[in-house]
Amino acid sequence: MRRDVFQAIADPTRRAILTLIALQAMTPNALAEHFDSSRQAVSKHIRILTECQLVKQEQTGREIYYHLNPKKMKEVSDWLEPFREMWENRFSRLDKVLLNLKNKK
Amino acid sequence: MNMTTFRPDMVAKKIFAERDFDAPVELVWKAWTEREILDQGWAPRPWKAVTQSMDFREGGTWLYYMQGPEGERHYCRADYQKIVPQRSYTGLDAFCDENGKINEEFPRMTWKVDFSSTKTGAKVDVEITFASEADLNKIVEMGFKEGFSMAHNNLDELLKNKQ
Repeated sequence: MRRDVFQAIADPTRRAILTLIALQAMTPNALAEHFDSSRQAVSKHIRILTECQLVKQEQTGREIYYHLNPKKMKEVSDWLEPFREMWENRFSRLDKVLLNLKNKK
Repeated sequence: MNMTTFRPDMVAKKIFAERDFDAPVELVWKAWTEREILDQGWAPRPWKAVTQSMDFREGGTWLYYMQGPEGERHYCRADYQKIVPQRSYTGLDAFCDENGKINEEFPRMTWKVDFSSTKTGAKVDVEITFASEADLNKIVEMGFKEGFSMAHNNLDELLKNKQ
């Protein structure tokens, strides 16, 4: 399951789709307009995102809307959190070290 | 504050981190490749990094340990593979003992660090590659380097309480 999620976000088009629907739920047509690739290609990406539960579909009237599943997104970021935190902290320590070096000059 | 971009790619078994620094690339390069400066910023507090030996050239090794608040030491080594001064270096890291003997129980990671100039300073791109997906999972799941982040969280708590 975890593997699928990471595969899903490894693709730049799928990351773009997630970014778009994070702002607002979108219909397949509205979503496809944002991409140069064919509608089939876009819907294949959406299918992968739906399969690993990053995207949810909801029917409103006659339209289907794609929503981001924030719970699943959080799972991804939680899993990476220790790693991310370690780097974030290392980089900000480096900021201070660099500032000291610059001031010494 | 400069933001860190962080991205995993499970298919390629890589983790990418990207960060801007407000300092010229020559200085940023030094901070990543000279022992005195590395020791200052490498380890998360309250841990500190102490370099035992460093031979920054292709085929050379950096042997260091992370010392914890109780005086405990975790030895690590990085073997430098390719170095293009001021531009990039690649190394393979490992956990080891004080003599540099590699502990095979822990996954190893290949690091590629790229440096480039920007309008405001320099950009660093870190690309970490794991030998297998299981290695990647193991590393992240052990909270990265055995509870380092836990030690860090403890400190955060401590600081919060003091305020």
